[in-house]
Amino acid sequence: MLNVGKIEEGFVLDHIKAGKSLSIYHHLQLDKLDCTVAIIKNAKSSKMGKKDILKVECDIDMLDLDVLAFIDHNITVNVIKDGEIVSKKELFLPKEIKNIIRCRNPRCITSIEQELPHIFVLSDEKKEIYRCKYCEEKYTEHL
Amino acid sequence: MRHLMNPLDFSVEELDRLFDLANDIENHMDKYAHACAGKKLATCFYEPSTRTRLSFESAMLNLGGQVIGFSDAGSSSAAKGESVSDTIRVISCFADICAMRHPKEGAPMVAAGKSSIPVINAGDGGHQHPTQTLTDLLTIRSLKGRLDHFTIGLCGDLKFGRTAHSLINALVRYEGIKFVFISPRELMVPDYVIDMLKEKNIPYEEVIRLENIMPQLDMLYMTRVQKERFFNEEDYVRLKDFYILDKAKMQQAKSDMLVLHPLPRVNEISVEVDDDPRAAYFKQVQYGVYVRMALILTLLEISVPKTD
Repeated sequence: MLNVGKIEEGFVLDHIKAGKSLSIYHHLQLDKLDCTVAIIKNAKSSKMGKKDILKVECDIDMLDLDVLAFIDHNITVNVIKDGEIVSKKELFLPKEIKNIIRCRNPRCITSIEQELPHIFVLSDEKKEIYRCKYCEEKYTEHL
Repeated sequence: MRHLMNPLDFSVEELDRLFDLANDIENHMDKYAHACAGKKLATCFYEPSTRTRLSFESAMLNLGGQVIGFSDAGSSSAAKGESVSDTIRVISCFADICAMRHPKEGAPMVAAGKSSIPVINAGDGGHQHPTQTLTDLLTIRSLKGRLDHFTIGLCGDLKFGRTAHSLINALVRYEGIKFVFISPRELMVPDYVIDMLKEKNIPYEEVIRLENIMPQLDMLYMTRVQKERFFNEEDYVRLKDFYILDKAKMQQAKSDMLVLHPLPRVNEISVEVDDDPRAAYFKQVQYGVYVRMALILTLLEISVPKTD
């Protein structure tokens, strides 16, 4: 069993689907932050069999975690202060997602326009439907 | 500064003002003859659409303005690989307002984001064609005197037809509208449109044949049924005549039912219907010019005192 030490302040993202931790690392742009990150892959889980865990040591206001709600609802976000879990952060679907997913509509302007950000807008919160800001095509496949 | 990307960009009240202006233009053309003197409209058409482009150009010329532009991507810098963002920045230096048609969906929105002049979406692929919807609404409002409390039949290709979808979306904002969708099974209205109608509690009916439903309709919006949309030739041959509007079908209709069509027509409305006073599709083209004139004035924030 591998042991990773406690963090003082930051987040522990638990119950990440096994194998997905690296993509979340990139979506949260953790590579751009100067902070300690532990990526634990394929940890044993009674609930999931296998899971990934991310531990991020940073100021808790530094990260916008709402994108996680889009990527995977089941991720648990534990907020850590002074080495202890102080709360579990509730995730809300972001109103807009930028450059996380790409529009697959070949007729969309994003398929030819240079350096155009891929932006999706939450069009139906209940049904969790995102549509491309430009062509309004529904995004159907999750990451 | 405002743009027009989607027919729903304008509220019902704003549309009322736009249509009032269009009707004032219709009745007092002379008064508006120099309203846009010194202004230029750029028609940036990345794919050919003679009708829409000429309607915009005619609208600007009627207002005393001038027109520049291109009518296919081959004669623009797009052929050299210029982005829409760059093109509109350049066009902004040449003109006061731009009407853009582009085969890629969302292209006019990208242009609007970078533009320093108002941009009108003149059709972006299969996505939106807001000035067609404004034309349809103005025609109905002018000829019926209202945009509420009627039964409208939409006939033809209701699956892929963007003009039909846009019109449905625009009409659900008015009270007392009932929809009758007349199409072959393969070309029925998409689920998301039906879901929206159910959610808003708007009555609708889906039927296969046109003739049975004719007596119920206050308005009939015809669209083309393209052969290539059918799964097989047999179905096409079997069904195509259901969707051809002719004199016999018109005899079953109300005496004041309007027939609309976004044009071009191929054979879905028999030529013998053209002289029927209920045939409004050529008047619709004329209303298209009035509504584009009103739109240009509105987006350029030019006001001409209205006649009471």
